Amino acid sequence: MSVRIAGVSRRFSGQAALDDVSLEVATGEFAALLGPSGSGKTTLLRVLAGLDFPDDGRIEIAGTDMARVPARERQVGVVFQHYALFRHMSVAENVAFGLKVRPRARRPDSAEINRRVRELLELVQIPELAARFPDQCSGGQRQRIALARALAIEPRLLLLDEPFAALDAVVRKEVRRWVRGLHDRLGITTILVTHDQEEALELADRVAVLERGRLAQFAAPATLLAEPATAFVAGFIGEACAIPARILHGRLDSPIPGLSTPAGWHDGAVRLFLRPHELLAEAGDGPALVRMIHPSLGAATRVVLELDGHTLEATVPPGAAVPERGGRAAIRASGAIAFAEDGMRARLVAGNLPAHASAP
Amino acid sequence: MREATRDPTWLSAGLIGLAVLIALVVLVLPLAAVFTEALRRGWEPAWEAITDPDAISAMYLTLLVAAIAVPVNTIGGIAGAWAVARCDFPGRRLLVTLIELPFSVSPVISGLVYVLLFGAQGYFGPWLQAHDIQILFALPGLVLATIFVTFPFVARTLIPLMQEQGQAEEEAALTLGANTAQILWHVTLPKIRWALLAGILLCNARAMGEFGAVAVVSGHIRGETNTMPLHVEILYNEYQFVGAFAVAALLALLGLVTLGAKTALELLSRQRMGGHA
Repeated sequence: MSVRIAGVSRRFSGQAALDDVSLEVATGEFAALLGPSGSGKTTLLRVLAGLDFPDDGRIEIAGTDMARVPARERQVGVVFQHYALFRHMSVAENVAFGLKVRPRARRPDSAEINRRVRELLELVQIPELAARFPDQCSGGQRQRIALARALAIEPRLLLLDEPFAALDAVVRKEVRRWVRGLHDRLGITTILVTHDQEEALELADRVAVLERGRLAQFAAPATLLAEPATAFVAGFIGEACAIPARILHGRLDSPIPGLSTPAGWHDGAVRLFLRPHELLAEAGDGPALVRMIHPSLGAATRVVLELDGHTLEATVPPGAAVPERGGRAAIRASGAIAFAEDGMRARLVAGNLPAHASAP
Repeated sequence: MREATRDPTWLSAGLIGLAVLIALVVLVLPLAAVFTEALRRGWEPAWEAITDPDAISAMYLTLLVAAIAVPVNTIGGIAGAWAVARCDFPGRRLLVTLIELPFSVSPVISGLVYVLLFGAQGYFGPWLQAHDIQILFALPGLVLATIFVTFPFVARTLIPLMQEQGQAEEEAALTLGANTAQILWHVTLPKIRWALLAGILLCNARAMGEFGAVAVVSGHIRGETNTMPLHVEILYNEYQFVGAFAVAALLALLGLVTLGAKTALELLSRQRMGGHA
């Protein structure tokens, strides 16, 4: 079902956890709410689930206003961060819970409930765990139980609250793809809450980036990377490093050479965001100090540099001399995104090099 | 290798020895003395003291008071713990203090408060008399005093546990469509059941053994408003030592059985948890 969030605000003792957030998620879409801790993403999830209520604004699910609909009648499935499984119930009882608590008139008979539980456990590929207790299951298995339990109520909307946070790195990637596959098969509108950009960018059709309770940008992953709407998004997504620079007499004055001047910008401070692949480094007598070297197979070598007190990640282009740790490196930029203080944004490309810059 | 936090052997041995010694002198010795005194002249007099009509009536009254006070405090304790652990409202700290009040007030004072309220010269005394309602020197007074004194046991056992457990499972149940009663019955109570049972047993042990508050409101009417602890005192004051100790031994046995049940429960719950881990 489609979800419409319109002008939602939520304040906790004067502090705005959500500030005028509006976004629409289409039926069958997989959306992610991404942001650092304290950005309001979990509050928004709780508001959608009916576990919290907005001070302002509207929540609509499938076109119906949810303001007066309590959590228990919303038919919104939630997979909680630590799964919140019922420890004293077996796996099968956990999954059956949402069916057993239905009012008598809508409750399936016990044979039907058993059939549905079996079906759900097969769907999440753990039919053999039915008689176990949650404490006897691994993290990945618990996540599947929580998912099966949430799916049992035939949710119109599925909310996942940091569902992969409790899993170790190896299991996480695998489970992530499996969850996306399951979504594609079932077609349930899904909203994922996460602080992990890799997770959001890989899983979601569209990602909403939240910053201190405000929606910074809601767009497809590729758009977020290519055209970040705000300096915050540019800095948060894609491992970009921020470098302060300025426009002086109509020309870009940057500690990193190699960039064109954005057309039509006035003099003043700007912030440059460079992804590691846009910052090229080479051994040589340059301004940067080499702090660390990540050797790699196949891909270009990454180095961590220090420049005027800023830590930067750079790439050593193929064929160039890899600098030594503790040594100096020459740097140039092959592209960047610039934000002016008035919010103007421009994508900078490699431009005319000033004469004194040494080009790797 | 020795762990850094491990105490020296002489220290741990000394502390353990001290604890055992104190337990022996303060707990085991008196308890043993009660049973020895009770059986000093054999089983016959002890049995007679216990089966004396007044003693039986005292036993009956003690069990009756506990049977009313314990369920009341169980429900009140759950409600209090729920409010403190799950809700955020102004006056929450005040409620915690109120719940603990009976622990910090002398039981005799608790009893006197009821005399002040319901006694012939008390606030409600004349009204109660006019309507022929007997609270003091009768069962209602005994029950009220016992409820007051034993109220904290259940709530105090539950509050830290419920605060630690949080309410993620309750929220999950809510999103799955459960109503408040279903959440309480299927989710919350199972989560706290072992602590709840332990609290109830402690509450029961104290309810049966309460002396001070009950002594003030009882009026010591033999065969009518005497509970077991009060009966023991009367017998003792009348120099019927064997009888006093026989009834005291029975009372001690009731307490021991309760504590035994609590320990068994704890073992059982640990086993179950272990089984699930």
